Amino acid sequence: MMDKQSMEKYNYAFLDEGSKREIRRSVLKAVAIPGYQVPFGSRELPIGRGWGTGGIQLTLSLIGPEDTLKVIDQGSDESVNAVNIKKFVRMCTGVPVTTRTQDATLIQTRHRVPEIPLRNDQILILQVPLPEPLRVVEPQESVTKKMHAESDYAAIWLQLYESLVKYGKVTISAEYPCLVEDRYIMNPSPIPKFDNPKLHEADCLYLFGAGREKKIYAIPPHTKVVSLAFDDVPFERESFAGKKCRLCGSTDTYLDEIYDSATGERYYQCSDTSYCREVRSKCK
Amino acid sequence: MAYVAVSGGEEAIEASIALLNYYRSGTDKDLDLEVIEEKMSLLVDRVMSEAGLYSKRYAALALKQCEGSSDEAVFLLRAYRSTLKRSYDTRVVNTQDMRIARRISAAFKDIPGGQVLGATYDYTHRLMNFSLETEDAPALQKKMRDLVQSQTPVEAPDSPRVSDTLKDEGLIDRFPANDEKPFDVTQNLLEFPAPRSARLQTLSRADTGFISGLAYSVLRGFGQVHPTVGELRVGAVELEVPYLENPEESLYIGDVLLTEVEVFNEADDKNQLKLSCGYGAVFGRNENKAIAMAVLDHELSTTGDFPTQNDEFVLMHGDSLEMNGFISHLKLPHYVTFQSKLDAVRKTRRKTT
Repeated sequence: MMDKQSMEKYNYAFLDEGSKREIRRSVLKAVAIPGYQVPFGSRELPIGRGWGTGGIQLTLSLIGPEDTLKVIDQGSDESVNAVNIKKFVRMCTGVPVTTRTQDATLIQTRHRVPEIPLRNDQILILQVPLPEPLRVVEPQESVTKKMHAESDYAAIWLQLYESLVKYGKVTISAEYPCLVEDRYIMNPSPIPKFDNPKLHEADCLYLFGAGREKKIYAIPPHTKVVSLAFDDVPFERESFAGKKCRLCGSTDTYLDEIYDSATGERYYQCSDTSYCREVRSKCK
Repeated sequence: MAYVAVSGGEEAIEASIALLNYYRSGTDKDLDLEVIEEKMSLLVDRVMSEAGLYSKRYAALALKQCEGSSDEAVFLLRAYRSTLKRSYDTRVVNTQDMRIARRISAAFKDIPGGQVLGATYDYTHRLMNFSLETEDAPALQKKMRDLVQSQTPVEAPDSPRVSDTLKDEGLIDRFPANDEKPFDVTQNLLEFPAPRSARLQTLSRADTGFISGLAYSVLRGFGQVHPTVGELRVGAVELEVPYLENPEESLYIGDVLLTEVEVFNEADDKNQLKLSCGYGAVFGRNENKAIAMAVLDHELSTTGDFPTQNDEFVLMHGDSLEMNGFISHLKLPHYVTFQSKLDAVRKTRRKTT
């Protein structure tokens, strides 16, 4: 990590203005074609490729002095990587950071969509490891690009069907593919299926950044986002039936499973730590 | 409690970074950057090549900062590189004008301009030299300087490419010089099939180990050929940029040390055979990487089912920063996705039992 003095040698928000502008142009294209992966000249950052550099580049290119930033990892504001990213962005911009979802204008996240519905003046930036939803059925980019162009999605439907035949369930866990505006199949990033419905007809803008794979895509507000499913086998989310958060008592949130190594007991706790704290403070 | 692992991140990170300094504190001797630059030059060269940034001083600093890890050093240089403004494009360098320090051909005994063995570990016996445990560095430096001083410089002969002779004979195809602006892999997403300029840039910056292993697979049997090193040259080339006041003129801005390789392979030419070429060029003295690059460049221009004939496979998986970034990200918490995986696994078991 750099000290303050070394940091002064860098531009506001680290990247040079030309790079930031270039990224914003890719964002505009992504917004214009919901679900389409726009290639961009991904820059190297002082944070590892695969550690959220796509999301960070989006954040850096969009952030300004009026913004308030929230960064979460696995739903938690205090997770090591979230802390590290927040520290870096704060160091090169000086913008205030918050843990309260409602107070943030920009929220960068890995693997979760916050429980509180986002407003139209908020942007959720998702970090994406593997943007290509068809990669599981076709390793070559040159081929998947063509499949998207031709809406040739038979292979992924077949994968769904095969898992149904073999296991009686669609066994895709997180990273469950969705169809955007009846056109592009999109990888929602490794959010749990639990979060997929939050993408549909939302008020906020969702931006997806894949730094290593050099792709940006978007779901603009009020976009139709449908998780792939068959007519007779509806889409099914992770189920936490009969379980609740041991801290706030919520029964309608995504829960982390925790073992107490001392007692051998198994607990559940909200993965969205800021939501959990909010509920507890209201209960008091 | 298991949950501690997710929270309290800030202090843990601070402490972890402080602990890194502990690992560099085992001696009261400082590691002088000049010493790294001058005595670890092959490591410095490797790091500069994989970073795509030619600065011995910064490479040495990066190596000092990260306890000598080559991939961490590459990481530091790459991140620094993306903050630098690009002011000029240098003029095209013709490596025929290289100030040659070493030049060999495995194809011909006699080549125009001659072979120069130069410095190589190839013919050393790899025996530990225990006298280096305590070395008189000033004496070594003086001895070598005196030796250089006592020599009389001679005019270097012209050293045209070995491949030129074969091109004259019609055994290798001659193509007109391609002055198209090269594809810039640092500013654009690679698309496939990748243009040759993108292929060469990517291979030149690739992780040395990765491309060496791939090239080895070509030689061992998962490939077409056993190529011949037509020419390998190591030396300095001069970089020039257009002079601002008068773009007709050039401004010399410095030298870079390069290793350049051409390998020859047999190739089909209707009902007869011809020779085809693979090209490699990397920063610094790094001969195996340059040869591996040339082997892969050639292999990628052929078609077939070997992994090394698939440009997406070869070009997408050899970047030090990308491979190490993604592998190391596996250490990040995956609680949410793993929970989702558990849910999917449990659901199928509930169904069958």
